[in-house]
Amino acid sequence: MAAPLTLLLVVAVTIRAALYRSSLAEVIAERVEVVSPITAWKRVIEGLALLDLGVSPYSGDVFHETPLVIYLFHFLVDYAEITFMLADVISAIALYLAVKEYNKQVVRKKQKFALEADRYPQDCLELIRSPKEMLYIPLKVAMFYLLNPFTILSCVAKSTCGLNNAPQIITPHCFKISFAVFLCLATYQSIYPLTLCAPAMLYLMQRQYIPVNYRRASFWWFVVQYLFMYLGSLFVLICLSFFLLGSWDYLPSVYGFILSVPDLTPNIGLFWYFFAEMFEHFRLFFLCVFQINVFFYTVPLSIKLKDHPVFLMFMQLAVISIFKSYPTVGDIALYMALLPVWSHLHRFLRNIFLVSCVLLACSVLFPVLWHLWIYAGSANSNFYYAITLLFNVAQILLVSDYFYAFLRREHHLIHGLYLKKKDGSEATLVLK
Amino acid sequence: TFYIEPLKINKLGVRASDTFVLTPTPQPKDDFQEELVIRPLHSGDIYASFQFRTLWETDFMRENKVSHYRLFPKSLGQVISKFSVRELHISFTQGYWRTMQWGQPFLPSPPGAELWVWFQDSVTDVDAAWKELTNVLSGIFCASLNFIDSTNTVQPSASFKPLGIVNETDHRFLRYATLPREIVCTENLTPWKKLLPCGSKAGLAVLLKSEKLFHSSFFSQTVHIRPVCQDRECKTTSWELRQTLNVVFDLHTSGQGKREWSLFKMFSRTLTEACPLASSSKIYIDVTDNPQEEYFELSPATPLLSQAVVLGDRRTFSVYDLTQQVTFGTVRSLNLLIRWKSTEGECSMLRPLLHAERYVAGYGLQTGEIHTVMYNNHPFRSFPVLLLDSVPWYLRLYIHTLTVTSKGKDNTPSYIHYQPSKDRMRPHLLEMLVQLPPHSVTEVTVQFERALLKWTEYTPDPNHGFYVGSSVISALVPSSVAMDTNITQEQPLFSSFFPCKEESSYFVRVYTEPLLVNLPTPDFSMPYNVICLTCTVVAVGYGSLYNLLTRSFQIEEPNPRLAKKIANFIRRIRGVPLLS
Repeated sequence: MAAPLTLLLVVAVTIRAALYRSSLAEVIAERVEVVSPITAWKRVIEGLALLDLGVSPYSGDVFHETPLVIYLFHFLVDYAEITFMLADVISAIALYLAVKEYNKQVVRKKQKFALEADRYPQDCLELIRSPKEMLYIPLKVAMFYLLNPFTILSCVAKSTCGLNNAPQIITPHCFKISFAVFLCLATYQSIYPLTLCAPAMLYLMQRQYIPVNYRRASFWWFVVQYLFMYLGSLFVLICLSFFLLGSWDYLPSVYGFILSVPDLTPNIGLFWYFFAEMFEHFRLFFLCVFQINVFFYTVPLSIKLKDHPVFLMFMQLAVISIFKSYPTVGDIALYMALLPVWSHLHRFLRNIFLVSCVLLACSVLFPVLWHLWIYAGSANSNFYYAITLLFNVAQILLVSDYFYAFLRREHHLIHGLYLKKKDGSEATLVLK
Repeated sequence: TFYIEPLKINKLGVRASDTFVLTPTPQPKDDFQEELVIRPLHSGDIYASFQFRTLWETDFMRENKVSHYRLFPKSLGQVISKFSVRELHISFTQGYWRTMQWGQPFLPSPPGAELWVWFQDSVTDVDAAWKELTNVLSGIFCASLNFIDSTNTVQPSASFKPLGIVNETDHRFLRYATLPREIVCTENLTPWKKLLPCGSKAGLAVLLKSEKLFHSSFFSQTVHIRPVCQDRECKTTSWELRQTLNVVFDLHTSGQGKREWSLFKMFSRTLTEACPLASSSKIYIDVTDNPQEEYFELSPATPLLSQAVVLGDRRTFSVYDLTQQVTFGTVRSLNLLIRWKSTEGECSMLRPLLHAERYVAGYGLQTGEIHTVMYNNHPFRSFPVLLLDSVPWYLRLYIHTLTVTSKGKDNTPSYIHYQPSKDRMRPHLLEMLVQLPPHSVTEVTVQFERALLKWTEYTPDPNHGFYVGSSVISALVPSSVAMDTNITQEQPLFSSFFPCKEESSYFVRVYTEPLLVNLPTPDFSMPYNVICLTCTVVAVGYGSLYNLLTRSFQIEEPNPRLAKKIANFIRRIRGVPLLS
């Protein structure tokens, strides 16, 4: 398997290098769909320039990266392109290894259950995947990530989204509790990966055969260990950042900025136009509602999907990417890379054709309507906003469709594939 | 002079109503001077500058409040003592001063309103004092200075040094704000005239009639308050209040086309007397370009001639002294007439040594570039200039894109002070010391990004654009004539405003044009629609996930009991076999 992966890496790096050298790099770096006020490379350079001028980068409202990023790019600013390509490559390799590990686990679990074959009804044997089918999935996942136009655009624009994605990917697919550090790194960059704590803990508990039962002491002991590791490293990182620049200025500038959304630069998310048109009286209320919206799916999803932590991870990543305050296409590429892992669900997907058409159409219309609004002056902000709405609805439909298909497959695995009504005719399944 | 004491009751209980007690008065320590300078410009327009100065030897900062005001206006005196103001400079300007056509003005001012104040060292909360001061001044001058808040106030670190007595300069006590959008009209002129001792009833102020003054190319009224030294050793200090009014009348809009200017044509009034409270009241006509009266003729003729060094040039002036009755002649009124003899043969104007322009480059509503172009027209001397730029927060400057080029080569500033903006709190402040090479053009460019504001933050006409205040360029320009550094020597008011520290250069402040920048706008008719639509999308997500989380799959058992009942009922009526 190493050879195709290496080939894939080489192709990906070549494409990125070619785009870096072309004149498209500057154009892409300015696109609002690809960069946001948090991740733009122009702002990183601005922060470094302010530091050179002797002014704190956080004294203004242009720079919103964490101090570790300043520290990193203080040394690597001349090798920025290599850094971002390396981040993408590392993410791809991490995805590859993680999915391979997951497939092994699935096979083991399935094989184990197959031994007790009477657990599964006879007719759903076709739902169970064979190792042969699953052989190429890790490669497909790596390919989906590296060759996704969204990822390529994000890398060429030198958006720090790529750096944010890497720890999120490495994180949960690790089998040691000490790897909570990576999740902590991801949370430190942007707050939302906090919700990935739950799937990470569930995955590790599954790996270590700890039963997920709140009445058991071993469960709580594990949770305490993990949280200690996680919160401890977060605390260390925050204190380290304080010592790097000598002040706590970065806390309101980075985390306050993400949570309070003062900058209304258009992007592909739902926040900007909503808060541009918000009545001042209700601003705080809706801000809280929208931010809580990102976090509060964690507990219900964890309860429902406690036996399937990897799918839970996928769902969480998707929820974060859609509902975060400053989304970019790099965030979308992250959860879309995991779609091949559930390619076996295609028979239960209901809207996949519609969703893919809408996503494709919206991706094409974004730059067109931006140009019409900002440069040609013949459209107004409503056009761009409409496409934003449509794009997000399509993503929500995609995610909920996969969730439906997953749940349906689980139902069939337990109750049999061809179900019949009381009178013997073919049954239809509904959610009740 | 004597003054009459109020009614007193003496010890005998007798009302001293029929006896007036006359006591000698202390010498009044205040002095009022008025001046009008008329300078014909080379483009055919005429520049008139009124200067009114009140000097008062008093101490506003002492414990007992000053209560007996004579020539100094009480409203301003109270402002000074209440807010512990050391220097106050406020100007209201309509129009833009065209340096290349008109030369340098005596007192420069940017379009709109500009206010800069030095507070005393004793002030503990400068921002609170500034806020109150702007509101009080807004009431005094009937102007909307209450729009000055933290989003357009800056604290320059090197420009705007005090113009009066300087002990030490801690720039924490300086505040500068400009309102480029402010319009000047009669409502602002009237309270300004009221501050004068004679009001608009006597003296030069009778010429200040708004229907002519606002029908001009340029109009500016200013008030400057500062402490000055009375003598060389500065043993006594007094407070100086200067009110200046600069106006440029356009040759062509005033009709007739004939090149002839008179007081009546400019101001629709003539002068009949000087202000009785003024110690000096003079009119100066700039006749430097007309030594032998070959270009224009001045009537009535005057024997008085004076020379003054102003703006680095020695100029000759014909003087009319209004305190002398002979000036008004037998008709008891003075209507100065300047008549040009021929329309050709103009001598060339002295090119201003320092000149600046500013414009916005780029297209679209996302990004742009501010270009400030400075011209040094001196043939062989280079001099440093201090550039002050205050850009509102919604134009996000990227300081790493700052480039300064002179004659095509990079010209690094020796001093840069940059304070980045905070959204909705303070603007960008950029100050640079740039050395301008001789006979060159220096261009300063900075890129910016336009922000999308909340719909309530736009002005009522959002597509008009947003104003960016003028850049201020301060410099000590080399002078071709030795300047007089003796402060106490009698000098005309218009040449003694900026303090002169050295003989070989004079202080010049140049203001660039304000910029008008468009920002992307949201659709203002749609707040409710947007809230509904976005909440709908969030609800779609919530609804789908809620359904999938709380419901489970079940086999659907059809149960159309009601429908079957209705169907059977209709079938019974029709007489058709029923459903099973």
